[in-house]
Amino acid sequence: MNYIPNTDADRAEMLKVVGAGSVAELFRDVPERYRFPTLALPPALSEMEVIEELNALANENDDLHHLACFLGAGAYNHFVPSVVDFLLHRSEFFTAYTPYQPEISQGTLQAHYEYQSMICALTGMEVSNVSHYDGATAAAEAVIMALQMGRGKRNKVILSPTLHPQYRAVVHTYTQGMALEIVGEDVAWVGPSAGSGSALEALAALLDKQTACVIVQNPDFLGRLYTPAEMQALADQVHAAGAQFVVSADPISLGLFVPPGQYGADVVTGEGQPMGNAISFGGPYLGFFAMKKDDVRRSAGRIVGQTVDADGQRGFVLTLSTREQHIRREKASSNICSNQALNALAAAIYMAAMGKYGLRTVAELSYHKAHYAAGLIGQIPGYEVVSRWPFFKEFVVRCPRPVATINEILLDRYGMVGGYDLGGDYPGLKDHMLLCVTEMNSKAQIDLLVEALQEVTTMNPDRLEDEAEAPHE
Amino acid sequence: MSYKYDSKARYAKSHEWVRLEGNAAAVGVSDYAQHLLSDVVYVDLPEVGDSVAAGESLGTVESVKAAEDAYSPISGEVIEINTALEDHPEWINEDPYGKAWLIKVAPSDTGELAGLMDAVAYEAYVNEEEEKGGH
Repeated sequence: MNYIPNTDADRAEMLKVVGAGSVAELFRDVPERYRFPTLALPPALSEMEVIEELNALANENDDLHHLACFLGAGAYNHFVPSVVDFLLHRSEFFTAYTPYQPEISQGTLQAHYEYQSMICALTGMEVSNVSHYDGATAAAEAVIMALQMGRGKRNKVILSPTLHPQYRAVVHTYTQGMALEIVGEDVAWVGPSAGSGSALEALAALLDKQTACVIVQNPDFLGRLYTPAEMQALADQVHAAGAQFVVSADPISLGLFVPPGQYGADVVTGEGQPMGNAISFGGPYLGFFAMKKDDVRRSAGRIVGQTVDADGQRGFVLTLSTREQHIRREKASSNICSNQALNALAAAIYMAAMGKYGLRTVAELSYHKAHYAAGLIGQIPGYEVVSRWPFFKEFVVRCPRPVATINEILLDRYGMVGGYDLGGDYPGLKDHMLLCVTEMNSKAQIDLLVEALQEVTTMNPDRLEDEAEAPHE
Repeated sequence: MSYKYDSKARYAKSHEWVRLEGNAAAVGVSDYAQHLLSDVVYVDLPEVGDSVAAGESLGTVESVKAAEDAYSPISGEVIEINTALEDHPEWINEDPYGKAWLIKVAPSDTGELAGLMDAVAYEAYVNEEEEKGGH
């Protein structure tokens, strides 16, 4: 079979046009000895042999089907029911790219509409768009929306120091060159002596008439839960200053705790990955974004709506895709109007499959298992649970050794992925580990973690022991 | 095609009108402009207290067909905006010189009005534009 689409006659004509005698002449700038070097390749393999080799390579990877995972910090190991992948891989959903006449894809629009409806129910907000790239970009879009609402007169953005460090980095990236004043990331916020509300009070003290928005994560990056009353108090102060109150939330936590829509949030964003999406290697994920109806014109992204056609039958349409995103880019809230359709669909299937009570159960199991783990780890000599505040499924532990050393031993000796090393993002938290426990962690796993943490205080990583033993060989 | 004109207003080449009402100047878009836009679905206006300058964008009028800037025919401070247009953008099609005024301005220099067209001159200008093939 010949895959070359042009004929000898075609090529002769093209060569004539460009004034070349042969195809080889077109490559004359490449020294002759480099043109057809002899490649030292092994003999070709059969398909069976290739699969065997690729499987062997794949088996070199560590994955969460084989390891216990206590790592969270923004990407969470929650159970994904089989129905999610089954429906997701249907070719009607899986192969379609953006339909440029969206209404022709009624199934896709209906799925998006259902996603939006469930996000609204979960966050307690009026309107949801069909998603952004991830939790970080959703937070950045919320900042840009707030700046739009401030009509260029408000150029200050207050970021909580315990908003995910990567989300804060993305906000900086999105807004670079906009001459904004971004504050709050260095307010006093943690330590056993810090009261639960003190971080929020420190943020409120930064409010003024130049402030476009305040972003707080709840539960925050360190797992801390702020009460609805604390959040409402901050929301009231934000609104008194004429600014927007943005809350970034873990969607699983919203199955159990009061949604931000009930404590004054103007925008609720977050990482949708915990709902039906694999952790993979950091993506693709989806960012959810929910707001008040009055503000949709300042938002980015797209919104699907339900209507009736000429015969009165139910149908779905792209209700809002602000025209500016397509034809007046300089006036747009954002020029990113893509969404993560397939990931949002996975989240929608997950929410529908789990239902209100299923989601609550996932949250309760995560909460109780995390508190069980924290209770035991706090009793290990040399360790201290720093999280004296209410927390959801993540908590901070001060360790007797560097977190990297502990994690290496946990992985090599116990087949466990340890917690997040906080020292990099928070210099004050050197040797502090952020542990995450979900419904996926069995009691046996947690008990083994406790045992392992106790043992690692005296162990060396394999690498170090190999080096130590070397002279005896 | 014939369009409506308000003889009390003066007009800019970008198809906005301005009409003195006591100390204030009401600003809107002309009947010709709304016809070109077709069904208006959204209007984005400045805030009370903002300054507008003659010839500069005061906001956006978006229709099912296009999103266009509306330019202020006069300079001054915005003293009132027509908030009813949020819920009734179609008024711009129905009554462009009446209930669909966009903003009211405290003019900083009413002398600017002399640089604008009166209704007769504007009608001639519109007819000329039409002959050229419209917008």
